[in-house]
Amino acid sequence: MRWSVRPAQYLALVLYLLFLGFPLLWLISASVKSSAELNSLSVNLIPSEWHWDNYGEALSRQGLLHSAFNSLLVALASTVLAILISVPAAYVLARLKGKLRVAGVTWILVSQVFPVVLVILPLFLVLRTLGLADSLVGLTLVHTTYILPFALWMLQGYVAAIPVDLEEAGAMDGATRFTVLRTIVFPLLAPGVVATAMFSFVSSWNEFFFALVLLQSPENYTLPITLTMFIGGEGKVALGPLAAGAVLAAIPSIAFFSLLRKKLTGGLMAGAVKG
Amino acid sequence: MTTATQPRRAAPAPPPRPKKTTQARTRRREAIALVMPSLIPILVLSVAPLVIGIVLAFTDTRLVRHPDFGFAGIDNFVRLGGNSLFWDSLRIGLIWTVGVTVLQLAAAMGLALLLNSGLKLQGLTRVLALIPWAMPPVVVAIMWQMIYSANGGPLNAFLGSIGLPDGINWLGDFNTALPAVIVVGVWVGMPQTTVTLLAGLQQIPAELHEAAAVDGAGAWRRFTAVTWPSMRPIVSSITSLNFIWNFNSFSLVYVLTAGGPGGKTMVPVLFVYLEAFKNREIGYAAAMGLVLVIVVVALLAIYLRSQFRGDRPERGR
Repeated sequence: MRWSVRPAQYLALVLYLLFLGFPLLWLISASVKSSAELNSLSVNLIPSEWHWDNYGEALSRQGLLHSAFNSLLVALASTVLAILISVPAAYVLARLKGKLRVAGVTWILVSQVFPVVLVILPLFLVLRTLGLADSLVGLTLVHTTYILPFALWMLQGYVAAIPVDLEEAGAMDGATRFTVLRTIVFPLLAPGVVATAMFSFVSSWNEFFFALVLLQSPENYTLPITLTMFIGGEGKVALGPLAAGAVLAAIPSIAFFSLLRKKLTGGLMAGAVKG
Repeated sequence: MTTATQPRRAAPAPPPRPKKTTQARTRRREAIALVMPSLIPILVLSVAPLVIGIVLAFTDTRLVRHPDFGFAGIDNFVRLGGNSLFWDSLRIGLIWTVGVTVLQLAAAMGLALLLNSGLKLQGLTRVLALIPWAMPPVVVAIMWQMIYSANGGPLNAFLGSIGLPDGINWLGDFNTALPAVIVVGVWVGMPQTTVTLLAGLQQIPAELHEAAAVDGAGAWRRFTAVTWPSMRPIVSSITSLNFIWNFNSFSLVYVLTAGGPGGKTMVPVLFVYLEAFKNREIGYAAAMGLVLVIVVVALLAIYLRSQFRGDRPERGR
């Protein structure tokens, strides 16, 4: 009986693979097609000639490299900031008991419901008052804040996996809590921190809404904003360079996610969901 | 598998220790010092704006150089009551949200079951299944614009090759735009749901399935009798989260269609954004935002209540 099910299962799996993978293949293919081929009526996944110039053209396009650099700065800074402030807080959260823990966890979940569209209006006003509305510093602070809930959640899961006995042994030896944290907890937490950092980086690198609202001058644009300018811009769209730019923008995220794969397919999300 | 499976709850409660109050106080002070750096940005950039946002909803603030705030009472809400465009947008938003959330769950459940049944090609599938999750929404939108393209798009080419109509302007046609955008939403959201469900599936003890199989239960019966009940808590959690994420999703639709054609894909978040930053009616937009929050929270409460009520008899696990 099992054998009659298998072919159907494989067929379904192949359909899933097509649905999930084909769009990306198509994008990559478009990124190496000449504009003549892209505008012709014949539709092929494999380009008739490989036209790598699209990448050069995308990179030389106004502002793409510069905005990639902006994105990199914001993503790195907000990741470092978020990690620095969330590690200690996640530790406390994981070790809390009773009502306080419930309150902390509830806040993290509620923050997922945060209506970004309601928050963005006053956030814009507040940052404008501080002179940070159209600045990468302002965007970094915003990204840091909105990465925090998830970072806290991931990290507190990793902390919870460290046996309390280890710390108590340390405390018994007369070490202060900070020493215990530094010498016992942090080293064990390192893999969790790396995973959380990669996740945070990708969140910031990909983020569009805050950047769209906050950034106004082209020299501050992040990569996603510049890419949308490619679409809307000068009337006629150059599909090839646009596809090439899109591929380049996706590479860092996909690379990090592949590294995270084991962690993501493991219990991470189940932990996040089970509470 | 690192964090979730630790049987944390199984540990017996520690016996009450005689504690010196000074020690407790130092510990408390330490805890506050550790939490503070996170708490400050959250309060300043997340909680405060939310509160201000709620206040804004009752003012007639406009987005100008030197805004003067005037208290407007419930004027915004009265005005909103007669704004049929807003309610249209809310209706579209609910179709989008429910459509994406339900299809996402169904598709992800199917994929998770396949990935849990020992097929070959699993490694490849698992890698591919994560890619939509990793990609920047703007890139996703650009990519799907190419797929849906009316001339020279691969979707139309495929349909043409099997003898179906091949001239459909997927994102530009009144009838197809919203469904087309929903498909992209499903594509983006599927990975995270799949991964979550898969982790849940792997925690169901194999003995349960074996016992059911011994009792002569077929695949479908095993799914309804064993898999689904065990997965209920995970399904309701991920569905709630997906519901919220999808309702709040902005970038995808903004880049794909910008709400067009003719407002057919004008999800509410996009509507509010335009009201605030194009029409510059920031107070009015805040009122809309507030209404959206209330709608989402209410719907979620109804859903979760029904879920938990169904849960209670089997709580003993």
